[in-house]
Amino acid sequence: MHSILYYSLIINKFIMNQYETVFILTPVLSDEQMKEAVKKYQDFLTDNGAEIVHEEHWGMRKLAYAIQKKSTGFYHLIEFKAEGGLIAELEVQYKRDERMLRFLTVKLDKHAVAYNEKKRRKAKDASKEKAEA
Amino acid sequence: MAQGNSEIKYLTPIAVDTKKKKYCRFKKNRIKYIDYKDADFLLKFVNEQGKLLPRRITGTSTKYQKKVAQAVKRARHISLMPYVADLLK
Repeated sequence: MHSILYYSLIINKFIMNQYETVFILTPVLSDEQMKEAVKKYQDFLTDNGAEIVHEEHWGMRKLAYAIQKKSTGFYHLIEFKAEGGLIAELEVQYKRDERMLRFLTVKLDKHAVAYNEKKRRKAKDASKEKAEA
Repeated sequence: MAQGNSEIKYLTPIAVDTKKKKYCRFKKNRIKYIDYKDADFLLKFVNEQGKLLPRRITGTSTKYQKKVAQAVKRARHISLMPYVADLLK
């Protein structure tokens, strides 16, 4: 009985949650610099035991309001599975980065995960149909 | 002369209760998650100044109004929606 309880405690400690992070990079970067910045965060996540589930690069987008006097920015989204402790470390990295205009990390509940999967499946089907047509 | 006709008579009963009942679109369509990245959709829940509309206007249930508010705030943070605006629509 005790051993079961102890075992479940260990499992709980390393529970992986699904998160989604969106960040905006300054538009002054060149294409290469931007890719390098994105790669830094991908590597940071994978090196620290996170598993990247999905990624989206929205490219240069107009901002709804100016941030640091910039009216555009590069948006990048990463969906990943990680332990909770990693998020704080990730956000420290974000804060130290001067290329970063804004970032947002949210935990995805089961409905959000289902929604994202459905959306991805739909996009996949659409692209498949396009290829066939 | 026509004093007996003071009582007004209608051919069809006046429509009093024709006001459409409001409903929560999330409950009705079984939407469980409100995406903060979908700014076009969230635009339905703000007025032209970019302020959140109250529940009594949109008909959203309490449970989902909270989620709408959360999503709008997230969208504002990553600059997909404005904090202040005029003539948004």
